[in-house]
Order: sequence, then C-alpha cells, then structure tokens
Amino acid sequence: MSRLDDDRLRIARDVIARFPRPKSAVIPLLHLAQEQDGWVTTEAMAHIAELVGVTPADVYGTASFYEMFKFHPVGTWCINVCTNISCQLVGAWDLLRHAEERLGVHAGGTTEDGAFTLEDVECIAACTEAPALQVNYRYRTRVTPADFDRLVDDLRAGRLAEEIPPHGTLARVRQAQTEAWANRGVEAQAAVDAR
Amino acid sequence: MIAAGTVPTGPRVVTSRFDVADGHTYEGYVRTGGSAALQRAVTSMTPTQVHDEVKAAELQGRGGAGVPAGAKWGFLPADVHPRYLVINGDESEPGTYKDRLLMERDPHQLIEGIVLACYALGAAQAFLYVRGEMALAQERLAAALNDAYAHGKVGRRICGTDFSVDVTLTWGAGAYIVGEETALIESLEGERGMPRLKPPYFPAVKGLYMQPTIVNNVETLSNLPYIVGQGGATFKAHGAATSSGMRMFAVSGHVERPGVFEVPNGTTTFRMLFEAPEYCGGVRAGGRVKAFIPGGASAMWFFEEHLDTPLDKPTVDKAGSMLGSGAIVVMDQTTDMVAACWRIVRFFARESCGKCTPCREGTNWLEKILKRMLDGHGRPEDIDLLFDVSESISPGIAWPPRQTTICPLGPSAVSPIASAVRRFRPEFEHYVAHGRPVDGVVSPFARALAGTR
Amino acid sequence: MTDVAQPPKTTVSVTIDGRAHDATPGQLVIAACADAGVHVPHFCWHPRMSPVGMCRQCIVEVDTPRGPAMVVSCMTPVAEGQVVRTDSPQVKRAQEGVLELLLANHPLDCPVCDKGGECPLQDQAFSHGPGESRFVEEKRHYEKPIPISDLVLLDRERCILCDRCTRFADEVAGDPLISFTSRGNATQVMTFPEEPFASYFSGNTVQICPVGALTATPYRFKARPWDLDQVESTCTTCAVGCRVVVQSSRNELVRLQGVDVDAVNWGWLCDRGRFSFEAVNSPDRLAAPALRDGGALRDASWSEAIGAAARAIAAADPSRVAIVGGARGTNEDAFAWAALADALGVVRRDARMGDGLPPEVLALPQATIDDVCRARTIVLLGPDLKEELPVLYLRVRHAAQSRRSRLVECTPRATGLTPYAWRAVAHEPGMQARTVAALLAEPEVAAQLAAGEVAVVVGRGNLAEDDRWTMEALGEVLAAAPSARVLPAMRRGNVRGALTAGLAPRDASGATPAILEAAAAGGIAVLVLLGADPVADAPDADLARRALARVPHVVSVDAFLHESNAGAHVLLPTAVHGEKSGTTTNVEGRVSDVAQQIVPRGTARPDWMIASELAAALGRDLGLGSLAQVRAAMAARVPAFAPVADVRATRGEGVLTARPAPLPMPRGGAVARDRNGYNYRLVVSRTLWDGAIATRRSPSLAPLARPAEVVLHPADLARVGAAEGAAVRVGVGEVTVTLPVRADAGVARGSAWVPALRGAGLEPLLAGARDVVDVRIEAER
Repeated sequence: MSRLDDDRLRIARDVIARFPRPKSAVIPLLHLAQEQDGWVTTEAMAHIAELVGVTPADVYGTASFYEMFKFHPVGTWCINVCTNISCQLVGAWDLLRHAEERLGVHAGGTTEDGAFTLEDVECIAACTEAPALQVNYRYRTRVTPADFDRLVDDLRAGRLAEEIPPHGTLARVRQAQTEAWANRGVEAQAAVDAR
Repeated sequence: MIAAGTVPTGPRVVTSRFDVADGHTYEGYVRTGGSAALQRAVTSMTPTQVHDEVKAAELQGRGGAGVPAGAKWGFLPADVHPRYLVINGDESEPGTYKDRLLMERDPHQLIEGIVLACYALGAAQAFLYVRGEMALAQERLAAALNDAYAHGKVGRRICGTDFSVDVTLTWGAGAYIVGEETALIESLEGERGMPRLKPPYFPAVKGLYMQPTIVNNVETLSNLPYIVGQGGATFKAHGAATSSGMRMFAVSGHVERPGVFEVPNGTTTFRMLFEAPEYCGGVRAGGRVKAFIPGGASAMWFFEEHLDTPLDKPTVDKAGSMLGSGAIVVMDQTTDMVAACWRIVRFFARESCGKCTPCREGTNWLEKILKRMLDGHGRPEDIDLLFDVSESISPGIAWPPRQTTICPLGPSAVSPIASAVRRFRPEFEHYVAHGRPVDGVVSPFARALAGTR
Repeated sequence: MTDVAQPPKTTVSVTIDGRAHDATPGQLVIAACADAGVHVPHFCWHPRMSPVGMCRQCIVEVDTPRGPAMVVSCMTPVAEGQVVRTDSPQVKRAQEGVLELLLANHPLDCPVCDKGGECPLQDQAFSHGPGESRFVEEKRHYEKPIPISDLVLLDRERCILCDRCTRFADEVAGDPLISFTSRGNATQVMTFPEEPFASYFSGNTVQICPVGALTATPYRFKARPWDLDQVESTCTTCAVGCRVVVQSSRNELVRLQGVDVDAVNWGWLCDRGRFSFEAVNSPDRLAAPALRDGGALRDASWSEAIGAAARAIAAADPSRVAIVGGARGTNEDAFAWAALADALGVVRRDARMGDGLPPEVLALPQATIDDVCRARTIVLLGPDLKEELPVLYLRVRHAAQSRRSRLVECTPRATGLTPYAWRAVAHEPGMQARTVAALLAEPEVAAQLAAGEVAVVVGRGNLAEDDRWTMEALGEVLAAAPSARVLPAMRRGNVRGALTAGLAPRDASGATPAILEAAAAGGIAVLVLLGADPVADAPDADLARRALARVPHVVSVDAFLHESNAGAHVLLPTAVHGEKSGTTTNVEGRVSDVAQQIVPRGTARPDWMIASELAAALGRDLGLGSLAQVRAAMAARVPAFAPVADVRATRGEGVLTARPAPLPMPRGGAVARDRNGYNYRLVVSRTLWDGAIATRRSPSLAPLARPAEVVLHPADLARVGAAEGAAVRVGVGEVTVTLPVRADAGVARGSAWVPALRGAGLEPLLAGARDVVDVRIEAER
C-alpha cells in the first residue's frame, strides 16, 4: 500500500472539490494517506502531488512542516504526553518518566513490537485536567502512573479498540458531499483566478 | 478565601449546553433553543442589521488580540468578491482550553455562528480549520455539519431563503504557529504554515487566495447566536463597560480546582477567580501565588500585586500584560521559576516556524542557555546574555513588544524571560552557582530524574 | 484645492539618512536606498524575485504617524515624505543582532568554503559583526554536502534559509523541485526523495546563494575568488545572448556567472551556457593545424596548412567552392569569411545547417525580447523555447506568469511554456497553417488579436519537415494580425550575426542542404566547414556523409575532431569563446561584445584571422589585418552593423542592429499531404541535453545527455500495444530503427516525437526527408 486506494481516492476528489484551489487539499489528503498506511509514504506524497497538480517536493515541503505527519512507520498507538507548563506544574515529567520505563523506550521512540510510539509534546488543550496525554489523539486526563499502566494494558488487550482506532485515523465521520453543496465560493474564485 | 455568593456570576452564554448530554446533536441543539437566531436573521434581518448587533455587543475577539469583531468585519473592502470567513479552531496556546470544549460539546452553536457571520459579511464560503490533534472535535463538527446541511441550516437556500453558504471543514496537522491568522491562511492554501508579513498581507484585504478574508476565533463566533438572538445590548450588559459580555477562562496550575469558567467579562478579579468556591477554591494546599500567567504563554507574567486586577482587557493591558486567549496558569511558592521559564521558551523554540532569522535562531539559543542552566552548566554571563539575545528579537524588551521578527511568536519567547529573570533573578543566579534550585522550590524533574541518577 | 490639473508626479520624495532623494513610485525602500548610494545589508532580497522579508538583515527605521518604526526595507514601499534611517543606533543594534543570530549556527569553515572571499555573510560579519561568537552551544549538524542534482551540491550547515534558491526554482524557473522541509531550527532545503533538482537553470541557485551552501561541481575547489581574473562577455552557446562574466585562473576558464542586463537575461543563465566552458579546457581540443598526408593526418605549420587550403581553393572554380557554418564564431569572424568569399566569387555559403528558418524571416518587422514580453499577445509557432533558447523561455514565462501577456501556442507537441499558455494547440507536422488558422479564427482569440500588440516568436519546431510549413503558418498569423512583429527563434549561437555579416546564400544553390546535395553529386571541389559538423547538425545525416565522402578537399576550421571533419584534408584549429574577442548578434539582432579572457589553446587562432591569412595566401589583401580593421570594415560595409562602429556601444546591454524596411509577408496557408491513419507523423526536435559537441566535451554535462526514445500519446501507445519502456520498431520505407517507447500526453495523437540526438542511430529516419515524414510503429515481438 502506498498510493491512495480507490475508496480514499474518491474521498480525495470530494475533498479537492471543496476548496477553490486544489492545493488547499494537500493537508487533508496527507491525513487520508496517513489514515491508510499509519504513516505518510513517499508514494502517497507523489500521488497527492499528481492529484492537486504540484510537485512532490512541494507536497513534502508542506507535509514535513507539520508534526503529526510521520515519514517512517510508527506504533499502532502513539502516546503523546504533554509536558507544557500547566502539565509540568503538576507532574508531567514524572508521568513521562514512568511511561518511558513502562514502555521501555525514550520519548520519540517506538517499542520493538511496533505497538507504541511515545512522544513528549506541546500543549494539547487539556490544561485544567493536567497532566494529560493523548493516544492517537484521544484524550486521557489527570493521568496517574497507575492510570497509564491500565491504559497500556487495555490497549494491548483490545479493550479500547472501539474508542481508539489505529494511528492515522482522526475523525471517523467525514463531511459529506451533499445535494445542498452550493460551491459558490469555488466558482467565484475560479473567475478571479482566470483574471 | 472569598466566600461563596460574593463574586459576580452570570448567565451561560456559550457554555449553556455543556451539561446537556445530547447538546452536541442537532436534536439536542434545536430542543434547547438553537437555530432560532439564524432563522430570525435570514428571514427578518438585513446583513447590516446583523453586523450592527455584533457592533452593539462590542464583542471582543477571543483568539488573543481582542480586536472587536464588529470593527474587524468593517475592514472588509466593499464589493470585492469572493470573500471568505475562516474560523480559527487551532487552539494551542499553552494554558488555553475553551475552543476545544465549544467544538466538542456545542458544534451546532459554532456552525450557527459561522452562518450568521457569513450572512453579515456577504461571504459564500467559510473554512472551519480545527486543530489537527482534536479528533473528537473534528468528528463532532463533521457530524454536526452533515446534519446542519441536511436540515437546510448550511448549504443551498438556508432556511428556505435565497441565502446560501458552504462551510468546508478541515484541520491542521500539528503546528502552533498556524494559530496566527496569516499562517493559518497559508496552511489553508496547502502551504507550510509560515506567517505573512503585515503589511501588506492584512487578511481583510489580501487574505485567503489573496481575497478579502475575516479570520475569527471559535469562541468569538460561538457568541453570535446569543447576540443575534438576544440582542447585542443584552450581551454587552453582562460584562463591564470596557469588556462586554461573558467570557471563558481556563485556570490551570496550582489551584485546588482547576477549571474552565464562563464569567462576566471585566468584573471578576484574578483573586476572585483563584479563591472563590464558585471557581477555583484557592491555591492548592493553602499555598500562595508566586506568579501567574494572565493570558497564555506569550503573556508577561503577573505576581501577587496583580491579584486584585479585574479580568478587563484595557486594565490588564495597562498593567503590562494581556488576557490573550483566556489562559491563566497559577504557580505557587514551590514553583521552580527557571524550569517554568525554560519550559515556555522551549515551547516557542520548538514551534518557531523557521521563516525569519531572529525567531528561528534566537528562540533556540535562549532555550539552549536555559537548559544549560538547568543542567548545572550555567555561566554568570548567561543571565545578561539571555537579555541580549532577547533584545535582538524584541528591541527594548517592553510591553507591548516590538519585534525584529515577522510575527509575534519570537517576542513571545521573551515574555517568560523578561518576567522570570527580572522578578526571580536570585533563582537564576543560584542555578548558575549551584546547579540546582533554591531551597523550598521543587524542580519538576526531581523525581523524574531520580531514577536515572 | 485648485482646479488646475497637476501633472502626475513621476517621483516620490523621500529622505534617506538625512538626504533628500527622488525615488521611483512603487519602489521598495531597499532599492531606493541603493539608488541613493546607501547600502542596506541583506541576504534574502533579490531584485529579480519577489521579496519575502525573511532574513531580517535589512531592517531600517521609518517614521510613521506613531513614531519611528523598525521595518524591513525589502518589503516596505516608498511613500511621499517618508523619512528613512539606515544608520541610527537602533538600526545598527538590530542589524548586528540579526547578524549574530545568522552566524550562531553557521559553521566556521570559511577557509575551505568556495564562497570564502566573495561571501556576503562573511563580508557582513567582517564589517559589522561582533568579532567573537557568544554562541557556545553545539551548532546544527548535517551530513556535509549532499548532491541535489548532477550539478549542484548542498551543504545544509552553511545554509541561512534565505529562500533564494527555492524561490528561484519556483518563481523564476518554474521547477519547484527544492523546497523548505521540516520546521523551525530543523528547517532545511531539500528535494523530494529520489527526485533530484533536475532543472535546466540549477546553476543560478549557486550564483545567488548568499553563502557557500550551494556549490556546482564544475567549480568546486577549483579556485579562490581572489585568484580569479575576469571579463564581461556574452554567452554564445545559444542565440539568447546572455551577458556573462567569464572567470579564469592560471589561463584556465573556471566559471561563468550571469550579469543582469534588463533587455536580455536579467542575470540568469541556463546550465548549458553556464557550464559548457568546460569544453574549452578539454584535452581533446585541436591545438595545431594538421594535413592529410597519404591517408593519415599529420601536424603541420600554419603556413603549410594555409598553403594547402589555398592551393585547393585556387585550383577550383568558385562555383565548386562552398562554405558551410560560421554560426559558432563572432560577427567579425563571419564578416571576414564573407569578405573572402566575395573576393573569390564564392556564392555557395550558409551559416545555417538546414535546421533553421529561411532568411526571409529576418526581413519581417522585428520584435525584441522586451517587445515580446510586453506584448498583449504572444504567439509561439514552432519550437520549445525551454529546450532551445532557455533564458528566452524564462523571460516569456515571466511575462505569461505575471499575467501581462497572453500566450497563444501552436507547436508540434507540448512545450515548457504550455502550462502558462492561454491557448495551446498541438498541430500535426506539415499541417500547422490549417491548425493555426482555425485557432486564430476562434472568436475569443480573434478578439484578443484584434486588441493589438501582438508578437510572434517563430522557429523550427520539427526537423522532420520542410521549413516552409512554419512559414506558411506564420503567413496565416500575419494575415490575422498584420501589425504583429516577429522574433525569429533561431537557436544556434551567432547564426543571425553570421547571416547578417554575409554568410547567407545568394541563391537557392547556396543553402546548406543544396550544397550537400551538390557535393554528394560530385559538384563541390572544396568544402570549408566553418565550425560546422553537418553529420550531427544537418537534419539529413546520411546526405551529409555522402557529401563529405565525395568532396576532394574538405577544409575544417574547428576546435574539435568529429565525424564530419575526421576525413578532412586540412584542419585549422580555431580559438573559441573565452579565447577571442569580437561581437555576437543574438536572436533579436542585439549586438554585444564577447571578450577574450585566456590565451587560445596551442596555436589556435580566431576564424577572422584564418580568413585573412588564407586570402593573403591566395594573393588577395582583404585589408583585415586586425580585429579593429575587421570591425570597422564590417560597420562600414554592412548597413545593419553600422551601430557597431563604436565598440563601446556593444558593451553591457549591447546595441540593436539597424533594421531595414521590412518586406511584406505573403499570405501562407498551404499544408502538407494528409497522413495515412495507420502511420505516425514524425516530430524531431532539439532538447537542451542533446549530446552536442560542447556538452559532450564538458565532463559535468556529458552524463546529462538524454536517451534516444520515441514518445507517443498514451492512447497511441495503447494502440501500438507496447508497454512503457519496451522497444518498438520505427520504420520508414525499407529502414527500421528500434527505440524504447514512452507515453506522454503532450504529444499529439498521430504524432511520434523523437529527440534530435547525435549518435543515437536516428539518422535513417530522416534520410532524404522532404515535406514530412510518416513512420510505422510496431511493438517488438
């Protein structure tokens, strides 16, 4: 797998049509690629470049600016521990240290079995419920070391499969291309672009 | 501690559905009065009347800069089309926690606010840009938009009128700087999220696709259904003369009950917020405030003497900081100020986009100096060097900051240094001399590092 | 207010460091400062690219209603009454601060850096820097130079992220193959994995890099800037006439750099022009005259060799003497040879190689490059400018990109400009008159042309067809837009100058194809090849081979041995670009000087001198004993060259040749025969890396030669039933060649494109070609 599969290609075309200029769809399409493969492959970036009409270097330039896009395989579950100020004040570093010991990797690493990637991240907007972390961008708040251990056990045992999809999947509801789609902005911008 | 019942409270304007179990669904929204304002606006008000209500409300932008929304909308040049509304849902200023709640728990309120704004602005397309890391918010908004389209509240012929508008939902992929409006526009165009220079690229004139664009924050627009429904004057009356309406604040750090509160704008003081039982219930374990950040990591810090300052924009501005995005972080007497300062500087160093030299090089240099101090390798001259490097990013190291940079991110890294070093210089000197914090202060790494030594 | 209309103000009054200055409206402060003689230090700003305000080095103070404000002068336009300070303590502090930050992570490897000695960052650090770095932390580390293309290496540690190279690639070249990647402190310039920065213009990024981050293989570690000698000159690799600085060290050419002249190249060069100087240094150069003696070549003295050539010419009737070539030399070279031909009565002479356009195209109302780029409508007939005249491509692309001009393109296949065209149609070879007529008759196109200001760029887009089909199409355009002006896109170095100087056929028997045919039939006794290689350059290589085999005396004036002169009887080594002075004429008729920078190889000498000596040996004194005499005679006797009499006029931007009154163009419209639907009509056209002699003799460029292939429209590839990359048989009559096939939607249905390549075995397809060439294509089984 690498290029977008047929289902995702259809979604990609819908997404492109939602913007006045195709290049605007680069980030949504990169998410689609990451959803498919768990990370963003070179082939997927080349495919996206084709779809939006830019060079692969251009897509890579955009993609590599954003932290969420991974250019090598990562764990099925990416655990992002916030260590920013509000979390630091209430023990984030202790939690991260505990997580490193429990998973046997340093922040930034992936466990040998490919199950977990651990990251030390910036503020995730859960400051009043610190210390907080995300697993594949789903929140866990006021996390104690015991909570963390339970989380890891539950993930491994598949008890959270419903709530937490594999890395790469964000919203599981997609915006629909409805009958009511007016696309007036698109037409107006096209008129401007054609000077 | 301030007694219960003695602090100002007010109606729940934007948080009214936070306790409604199905408040995020279309049915729950409509059942609790949602959508009425939109229906009224598009059937019985002109766009100018809607704009006038927002002006009357004196609704200050909730993204950080606090520009009144009504005035901002007025910067759009007349008769230039297409024009766009961009909704900034890229909440990521450290300490800030409100927009995510509004998107997760009341997505229809935001969507209604977006459509009302488009109606007032004459925009045919809006782009709702959510932070990439907020999967639940994205999911709730996608579902809500699909329902709103299905019920004729967005899309073609809204509420059966001739008014049509499309809302494109999209999200980022992890970059704080994209919260800056011109960087957000770049990101929406599929580019690296690097800010544009203002002037010439003021979004209202040359924004998305170089067309006139209004960028509004999620909380700002979530207020619109109330303002249009109840009237701008009603909204304004909830707050102080110079800070209208209700406003959300997140209080985190060393308080008994950290939380997100919607308070009458401009009337509550920091002390009330920290101490009242309705709000945070006091500093944790009966401690005292050593410092607090009044408005996000970019803000200058406040101290004990600022506790009785009201949460009122002009008052806080005058006192030498800002309310920013309503992010208040409380630090008690045990806080390691060198570590706190370093952590915020590290944030800006990591989030610098790299476009301009002073920010890219300067924030990273500052971070390295502070880290060296924490690691016990500080030199006496490093404290002056911190100020000197800061001076190269933000000449004069003053408030409001001047900048040699393109956008305010670089100067933001100077705020914690100017605040902490000026106030707590002995703590920095102690680190330089002894490689550890002063007595009575707890290093946030103490336990974390214990295992490694 | 008065009701007296004020004349519009054409300047903006500003004050720069206390002195009043009249700036140009719309100008940026940094440019106004430069005009006022005030240097504002900068790294990211470049006058030919859009400003980005990234390095922040050019901070100045400008008075605003709210007091003085620090602004970047590269993004701030001048305004009436503006007060600018570049020297206040605040400005100095800010500039020094930025410089310290730029140097924080910059390695201290100036002693081994090619840029050392000509490095803006180094210069700035010396003049304004704090002396010693206070940055004691570990600097950024990256793998030292990594190749980002065959020609360019990137040292990311030295890079200051000014966006010049990336902006150039995107904005100027239209090849966004390098981009900023990652973020913040980790930001770096990078290509996409496995997709190199294969731009025809990559060398420009090296030239504009303000530090030593980008280096080019031909110059790496060759010289230090303070050891370089240099002279300004004009590139003659193609006919755009880009101004250059030619740099040498110890009598060896080491580098060419673009010079910014407004009328022509704006400072840019293509990689072929920039790097093919390597051939000048080639060990394969001819260094001494040679004579064929009993079948083998032997070195000879100049007098011996000239004597042999003179005897052969003296013995032949002038009608049996022919001169082919001259486009690689200077105007003066061509003039001297034309003078010799005149003296001898030789009428068969042609600077073209049968692959250009008839000289009548020079008699039409002429357009300059600037005229084209300012036109409301640009009509492009024929060639792919990106492949043939690369910097002209940059100029036209800029015009179309900045939306000043609308480009209407009618070419045998998609070109580098197609993505920027307002209308683009591909025509079948031979049928362009019909296609262009239909295109111009479309109401929207007709309305566009009717608005006036039309320029036509016309050249030979296909070597596998008669040049008259292009002229027929041009006739259609000029009928539709009678006031249009024409830029003849003749690609070979100084072909326009050589034709103007007199190396043009006096009648139909004098054109190169006719000369070769006469020679093949035994009608030529002496053939002078003036830097010409007809086997490689004339479309019909087979004819060229037969011709050369029949001529009893071939005299070759050349710098290299090649197939056409391998059997020559007299070889006279010539001085080449960089080794001689003179003038050259570009595609628009602009004459600019070429300058000698190094001593010629061995005893090689300029062509004009050889002509003069040969004349003397034949007992004719041409009066052309010095370059100054040649120049004076040329200006006096060739009306077009009258402006060249003053040598100073040819410096810098040069001077346009005088234009005779234009002749009317007959209405064209004729087309070739129809194609049999089973066949494909052949398009053979030039590409930049075509294996030409100068690129083959340049070690850095030789590997870039493209492979031989046949390219079909994807639907035609399917029809042939071959897989991408598979070998197919391409046949004409009894002849078949086997080539790998590729699909490209830019090739029209029913056409087959083959790049014109030396030595790729394509000659049989063009043997005897006249009107058009239809080929069979079959999959190999």
